Amino acid sequence: MYAFTYHRPKSVADAVALLGQFEDPKLLGGGQTLLPTLKQRLARPSDLIDLGQIPELQGIREEAGGLTVGAFTRHAQVAHSETVQRVIPALASLAEGIGDRQVRNMGTLGGSICNADPSADYPAAVVALKATVRTDRREISCDDFFTGMFETALEPGEIVTAVHFQKPDKAAYAKFRNPASRYAIVGVFVAVFGSEVRVAVTGAGPSVFRADDMEAALAQDFRADALNGASVPAAGLNADIHASADYRAHLVRVMARRAVEACG
Amino acid sequence: MPCTVSMTVNGKTVSREVEERTLLVTFLRDQLGLTGTHVGCDTSQCGACVVHIDGRSVKSCTMLAAQADGAAVTTIEGLAAADGTLHPMQAAFREHHGLQCGFCTPGMVMSAVDLVTANPSPSEHEVREGLEGNICRCTGYHNIVKAVMAGAEAMQGGTMKAAAE
Repeated sequence: MYAFTYHRPKSVADAVALLGQFEDPKLLGGGQTLLPTLKQRLARPSDLIDLGQIPELQGIREEAGGLTVGAFTRHAQVAHSETVQRVIPALASLAEGIGDRQVRNMGTLGGSICNADPSADYPAAVVALKATVRTDRREISCDDFFTGMFETALEPGEIVTAVHFQKPDKAAYAKFRNPASRYAIVGVFVAVFGSEVRVAVTGAGPSVFRADDMEAALAQDFRADALNGASVPAAGLNADIHASADYRAHLVRVMARRAVEACG
Repeated sequence: MPCTVSMTVNGKTVSREVEERTLLVTFLRDQLGLTGTHVGCDTSQCGACVVHIDGRSVKSCTMLAAQADGAAVTTIEGLAAADGTLHPMQAAFREHHGLQCGFCTPGMVMSAVDLVTANPSPSEHEVREGLEGNICRCTGYHNIVKAVMAGAEAMQGGTMKAAAE
């Protein structure tokens, strides 16, 4: 790691002020992606601003017919929260499937969505559950938040404070994971809100996206077999040593079917 | 620029000046001499460096010492009783031969204790899932899983089953 200066502010306002003071600062969430990146010297921030001691960024509460989860809430806290298990069980089970136990004990919701890894799990939940991303200065709709591979709508110096997830009538997440990294090769989050069905796909493309054809098919007929005629085009999907674009396109339908079946 | 970190390690308060980029595992091993916590892959895959922070298992190669400021840290050295009596999980690993070269063992034991604290009677499947973040490259997982199941029972106050072999 290159040297940096470490800061541990006690409030969001202090963190925002610190962000404005330095040449190339970086926010530190749980550090499960950032620290490995720094260890490989792939980044050289001047300052690390640790968000771990800011009470306003923590906590899970029921709010406005859904759940508000603080940005610094760790994956294990989401997975084991009785509130999350009761209000949106699919979100708890998604969190329980991230990485391994030790990663879940450190990694945070805010860190995951701000990093916007194309294979991360949380973006699928954010998009499918019609979430609103709250920052120190505004609210961003989930449909606008993820803008590309490792890209979000956040401005320089903007800090995510919480995410509000809407409570679906039913929902489930199905993931085909890389057995070594446990990232999603393809993950599909299906959520039903009245007559509306949302199908959010992670891992398959450069960024999380909604499978429009599948949403339309499921809105007509919410059964796994309704997806037989719907597909996601392979063009533009990710291809690597783990899975070709064609295979990922195939997996999207398989995972979508599993998610629909899991919705019951 | 150096900074001062203070934390409780195995019940003792420690305070040291460290470089801000110092990893927790480096702090424990090089500054406190607690070399039972191992550095295996150094990329948060293998779990040889697992310690407990306020009772939660974490990979100490992927955490800064500064992030642990104010926390209670337990390493493998902190598990056994003061008189040297092994923790039931350590005793189970010995009884069931849950190790071969022993390099991964401290991390395995620390993960197992966290796992069993959260889930006192895990199924074999739950043990295997719970140890996903720990890699053993010599003995395989069979005896490790047996050891964790036996250790779980012993942690509940049961007596240790002797190994069948």
